[in-house]
This record gives sequence, structure tokens and C-alpha cells, in this order.
Amino acid sequence: MSLLTIKNLKARVEEKDILKGFNLTVNPGEVHAIMGPNGSGKSTLASVLAGNPNYEVTDGEVDFDGKDLLEMAPEERAREGLFLAFQYPIEIPGVSNVNFMKSAVAEVRKHRGLEPFDAKEFLAFMKEKKELVELSGSLAGRAVNEGFSGGEKKRNEIFQMAMLNPKLAILDETDSGLDIDALRIVASGVNKLRSKDNAFIIITHYQRLLDYIVPDFVHVLYNGKIVRSGTKELALELEEKGYDWIKEELAEA
Amino acid sequence: MAEENQALKEFTEKEYEYGWSIDIETDQLPKGLSEETVRAISFKKNEPEWLLEWRLKAFRYWLTLVEPEWAHVKYPKIDFQDIIYYSAPKKKVELGSLDEVDADMLETFKKLGISLEEQKRLMNVAGSNVAVDAVFDSVSVKTTFQETLRDKGIIFCSFSEAVQSHPELIKKYLGSVVPYTDNYYSALNSAVFSDGSFCFIPKGVRCPMELSTYFRINAMNTGQFERTLVVADEDSYCSYLEGCTAPQRDENQLHAAVVELVSMKGAEIKYSTVQNWYPGDKNGKGGIYNFVTKRGICAGAYSKISWTQVETGSAVTWKYPSCILKGDNSIGEFYSVAVTNNYQQADTGTKMIHLGKNTKSTIISKGISAGHSNNSYRGLVKIGKNATNARNFSQCDSLLLSSTSGAHTFPYIECGNKTAKVEHEATTSKVGEDQIFYCNQRGLDTEQAIGLIVNGYCKEVLNKLPMEFAVEAQKLLAVSLEGSVG
Ligand SMILES: Nc1ncnc2c1ncn2[C@@H]1O[C@H](COP(=O)(O)OP(=O)(O)OP(=O)(O)O)[C@@H](O)[C@H]1O
Ligand SMILES: [Mg+2]
Repeated sequence: MSLLTIKNLKARVEEKDILKGFNLTVNPGEVHAIMGPNGSGKSTLASVLAGNPNYEVTDGEVDFDGKDLLEMAPEERAREGLFLAFQYPIEIPGVSNVNFMKSAVAEVRKHRGLEPFDAKEFLAFMKEKKELVELSGSLAGRAVNEGFSGGEKKRNEIFQMAMLNPKLAILDETDSGLDIDALRIVASGVNKLRSKDNAFIIITHYQRLLDYIVPDFVHVLYNGKIVRSGTKELALELEEKGYDWIKEELAEA
Repeated sequence: MAEENQALKEFTEKEYEYGWSIDIETDQLPKGLSEETVRAISFKKNEPEWLLEWRLKAFRYWLTLVEPEWAHVKYPKIDFQDIIYYSAPKKKVELGSLDEVDADMLETFKKLGISLEEQKRLMNVAGSNVAVDAVFDSVSVKTTFQETLRDKGIIFCSFSEAVQSHPELIKKYLGSVVPYTDNYYSALNSAVFSDGSFCFIPKGVRCPMELSTYFRINAMNTGQFERTLVVADEDSYCSYLEGCTAPQRDENQLHAAVVELVSMKGAEIKYSTVQNWYPGDKNGKGGIYNFVTKRGICAGAYSKISWTQVETGSAVTWKYPSCILKGDNSIGEFYSVAVTNNYQQADTGTKMIHLGKNTKSTIISKGISAGHSNNSYRGLVKIGKNATNARNFSQCDSLLLSSTSGAHTFPYIECGNKTAKVEHEATTSKVGEDQIFYCNQRGLDTEQAIGLIVNGYCKEVLNKLPMEFAVEAQKLLAVSLEGSVG
């Protein structure tokens, strides 16, 4: 059974139609890359799937692991195992990363019928995940994203993803802003978390990330729809030729 | 968007958890206020003549005053004849063993959610580290750890007891920081105060435990007028905490306390308040009017007074814990979190009066407004002409959780010395929907999200609370805000 099935999804923000009939099926174990020009609707898709109340779904269906995703509150989606690594992670001043994650992990575990970690277990668990993404101890102790550099914020997103162990992770331009070493670390973290049971949707502008996290499928989102799908070779082709040829082909059709 | 608002609304609409009252037989005076009332209170308390005279002077002075109206709060005129000025549980409880405590009274303590920790301490006298005095309606019913404290020469007892056992100290310090002529409510309090706590720390002694008082209004139509006096002699230290709750009633009840702190040369007093009086219901019916005068004097050089308050209760709050920095190099601090929800109104802040040289003050105020509430910061920093090199830093932040709530800042600065440095910063922000969504995306519901965000916002102040109370204060903040952003 597929993990995520999106059928004819249409969504708008501020009276403006952004997604105009989006279709996608993601199976467990798969990595899908979504590429596309600025403003084509990639982050909108991520926001809609995560349940951001600013986006209004006007049509379509989304099935997530056998449940109607669009019926669920954002926190239920998260607890069900949907994770979004934000393109622009939010700062929460005064709330330490450790406390934030303690609350979040407790909620997710409760939802899965697991006992909460005691303090010692939690610290051990956190240590393991910190090492996975090579997050420094001082970042973990600081307030959530407050005063973090762009790259540090991105790395913190991946750390949170590792802590929450989602079924489906959507990474919205997690590679942008990362230096070369950080990119490799983040990618290797993602690769270590990949399993036959979970799946990733990776939104990116650059082929480079896909050298490290090799996708099973690459899709081009343009004007609110997927206009082309292929394998990792498609990403190489885009890197070389840009989007104009696709736009032209669409115009001719 | 609409859904989000709904969730936020539900979050802030949680009800007051301490709204019960208990039938304890009480010994009450009839309603009404006159010289007779003042005499009756003094008589019931077996007070010395000079104290009765002082009360009467205060009462006569009060009669000449009109109720102040300058604060940014609105409430119907208070009928001072419709209040009971003295109400005491009939059974006098002496300290010692818990078994002697009236079962109803114990039940009361149990229900004081905020004092759960205290409850435990009361149960386990040996392992405890906080001395508690509880003021129930008008009289003080229990002071634990008298003996441990006595060994150190510390006096911590109810005010009435101190009047009997240490009249010379009371006579010396009562009204020395807040004279009865200070303001309308301090005059009223001076006339009719019924009890409170007294604390004296002798020279060079560091009080080994938190001293704590719980105030509770229980009987109907009673006003609570307690009087707290803390004196820290040279080079001594103490940390004092007060907590308050009241039952849920439709009528408003008046609470007008006076707190005086005296910090001598090299001494330090840390005074923390967690105020959770009944705030009234969702529609603004009922609740406590909390008109309190709190002031400390740093009388000697290198002395320090630090006020920390977490204010979540009361229908109307009017309160400005202040410091008179008289001693050279003395330090005054004010750390405040004031939360208002529904139709609550708070006008709170501080006054820092710099008189001595090299005096320093710090003001950190966090106002959080939700529902239809109004939250004002009012602060005065006054630098006297002899206060060479005085320093003040003020930071006043307001957080709005709804578009129907208000935040106001009224900073006043009077600078009489050119070498002084006064800095004031202020910010107003709204709780970000994006922050809430970010938390939601990590599996936290909106209620938890707001709790986290607000606690983070107040962290600087919460960090100043004694450890064992910080956690309770955090919970209280989350509870007070349930149902709020929009
Ligand atoms: N909250 C909003 N208010 C108004 N317009 C919005 C809002 N969010 C998105 N849009 C608009 O929707 C369109 C799609 O935006 P989206 O962020 O989904 O693009 P994207 O594909 O992620 O672009 P990029 O590659 O630059 O990140 C853009 O035209 C954008 O301006
Ligand atoms: Mg985007």
C-alpha cells in the first residue's frame, strides 16, 4: 500500500490559486525529489500537506497511510508521522531545544502508544541523534533556532527529524544555506535514517544534494502541477538546461 | 485561519481551578466600616494602645481621601460599607503537629493547587525546606519551622503574634516604608489590617530556607487586608515567597495589602510573588480587586532588594512594588510577568527611587494580554540630586495574544543628577501564528504551543524565582492563558 497518495490537489493562499491539480504517489522506502522554478508552488505543497492554516485546500484528496490527511489537525499529522523540515525554520525565543524536543517526542510517543522516556533515556536518545547529524552540544542547549545561522537552522531541522523518526519527511530546500561539509553531514544523516518503511520528499533547486541522497524519482513542479517526472537523470538534465525547454514544450502543447 | 483562531480561543477559555470555598466556622464582624470596626479589630487582637491609636489615625486620614482614578483600569465604585473587615476561623490552630490542624483547613491547603509543594512539606516536616505561614481570610493560621528558625535567631510569625511578642520591632518598623498617608489603600489597610506575616533576620544570618506565606480569601464578602513586614538586619539574607488564591464568586472582593521591606547595610531581601487570585469568569463577572502597596527600602550601603512577581489572577490589579535606594551602592530589582485574559485588567510596574550614590536598578517587565484584557506597565525611575552615578536599565515587553486585548506602557523618568544613566527599552509583539504552526508541526497542540512560547518569553523573569516555585509558575502561566489568541 502506498504511504502517500495525492489526487488532484488544489490549494490557494490569499485568494490566489497556487496548486492546480497536483498528483503524486509515494511508497514506503522511496525518495522523491521535487524541483521547479521559484514560485511554482513547492513550499505551498509542503505547507498544505503539513496543514498550515493559511493555505486553503479547494479540491482534491490526500491519503496518508490509510487516513484522510486533510481531515487532520496539523499536530495530528505530525504525530501520525509527517514531518516538514521548513524552508525558513522559525525561532522560538527562550524555549530550549532540549525542552522543545522533550515535549515533541513525548507527544509523538504517546500517540504511538509508547511510554515517555525518563530523563536519562531521553538524554541518551538525544545524544545518539545529535551525533547522527553532528549537531554541536551548544546548539542543542540553546533556544530553538534563536540566533542560529541559516545553516545551523537547517541542521537543527534534520536533528528534529531524527528525534521524531517520521514515516514521511518533507525537506523543503534543506540544502540551501548549507556549506559543503554540512551538506554532506545532513545527507549522510538522511541516508542513515532511510529505511524500507519510511519515505522522503526532497524539495531542492540543486542536483548537488541528489548526488548524496539518490532519489528514486524526480518531478518538476511548474505552475501548480507536476509537468514532468523521471529518474535522477532528469535532475542532471535540468541542471544542464534549466527550465526553459520544459516551459517551451508546455507552451507548444 | 479560522480553525486556528478557534483552537486558540478554546485554549484561553479554561476556567479558574481554585474556585471553591470551604465551610469553616468563622468568627466575623458584621459588614461595615467605622471607628467602631477599627476598635473592634484591635480589641479582638488584643493590641496595645499605641497600635489602636495608629489605626485610628490612619482611618481618620483615609476618610479625608478620595479613591484614586489615575490607573488604567475601570471598575464599579467599591462600597466600603458592604465589606466584612474581620473574619477568622473559629478554631485557632497552633503549630506543631499536623494532626492538630482542622481537617477542613487541611483540605483547603490541599485544594490550593499552587501550594501542593507546601502541602508535601507540611506533611513531611523533617525533610522540608520552606517555612510557611498561611493567612486564611484575615488571620494567620499556621507557621511551620518556628524552631529551626529560632535557632538562627530568625523571627518568622504571623503579624498579630509579632505584635504581642516583639512589639518594639513592630513599633519601630510598621509604617516606616509605607506610611499610612502614602495612598488611599495603604491608609485603609493601616486602619483595618487583620493579619499578615512578620519576619526579622538578625545581623549576619543567611536564612537557610525559603520563607513563604499563602493568602487565601475564603469567606463571602470579606476583604483581605494583610500586612507584611520583612526586616533584614546588616549583612543578612532572606528569600520570601507569597502565593494567593481565592474562591470563585460572582461579587468582586477587595484585597488591599501592604508589604514593607527593610534591608540594612549589606543585606539582601528577595521577595517573590505568585499571585493567582480569582480573576473573574469569562465574561468579567466576579474576581478580586487587588490593590496592593509594596515597597522596600535599601536603608544601608550595599544593600539589595529584589522583587519578582508572576501575576496571573485578579479581576483588577493595581500594584507597584518599589525600591527606595537610600544606601550608597544599593541595588533594586524588579522582575515581573503579568498575564491578563478575558476581561482582566492589570496596571502594574515599579518605582525605583535612587537617593544614594552608585545605586543601581534593573526593571524587566513582561506583560501578556489575551482575550479582552488590558495590561499596563507603569514605572517610575527617579534619580535624586545626590545620586551620583546612578544606573537604571528598564526593559518592558508586551505580548499580545488577541486583537481585542491591549498593552500599554507608561514609563516616567525624573532625573535630578547629570551623572546618572537611565536606559529604557520597550517592545510589543504578537504571538506568531508561524511559531504556533511550527510547534504544531512537531506534534504539539496549540495549547501546549502557547504555553511553551509564553514560558520562553518570560524566561528571564521565571529564572529569578526560587527553583521549587518556578515550575509551578510555569504551569500557572499555561493554565491562565488557555483559550486566548485571535
Ligand atoms: N502566504 C502567502 N501569501 C501570498 N502569496 C503567497 C503566500 N505563500 C505563497 N504565496 C505565493 O504562492 C506562490 C508559490 O509560492 P511557493 O512558496 O510555494 O513557491 P516555491 O515553489 O516554494 O518557490 P521557491 O523555490 O522560491 O521556494 C508564489 O507566487 C508566492 O508568492
Ligand atoms: Mg519554497
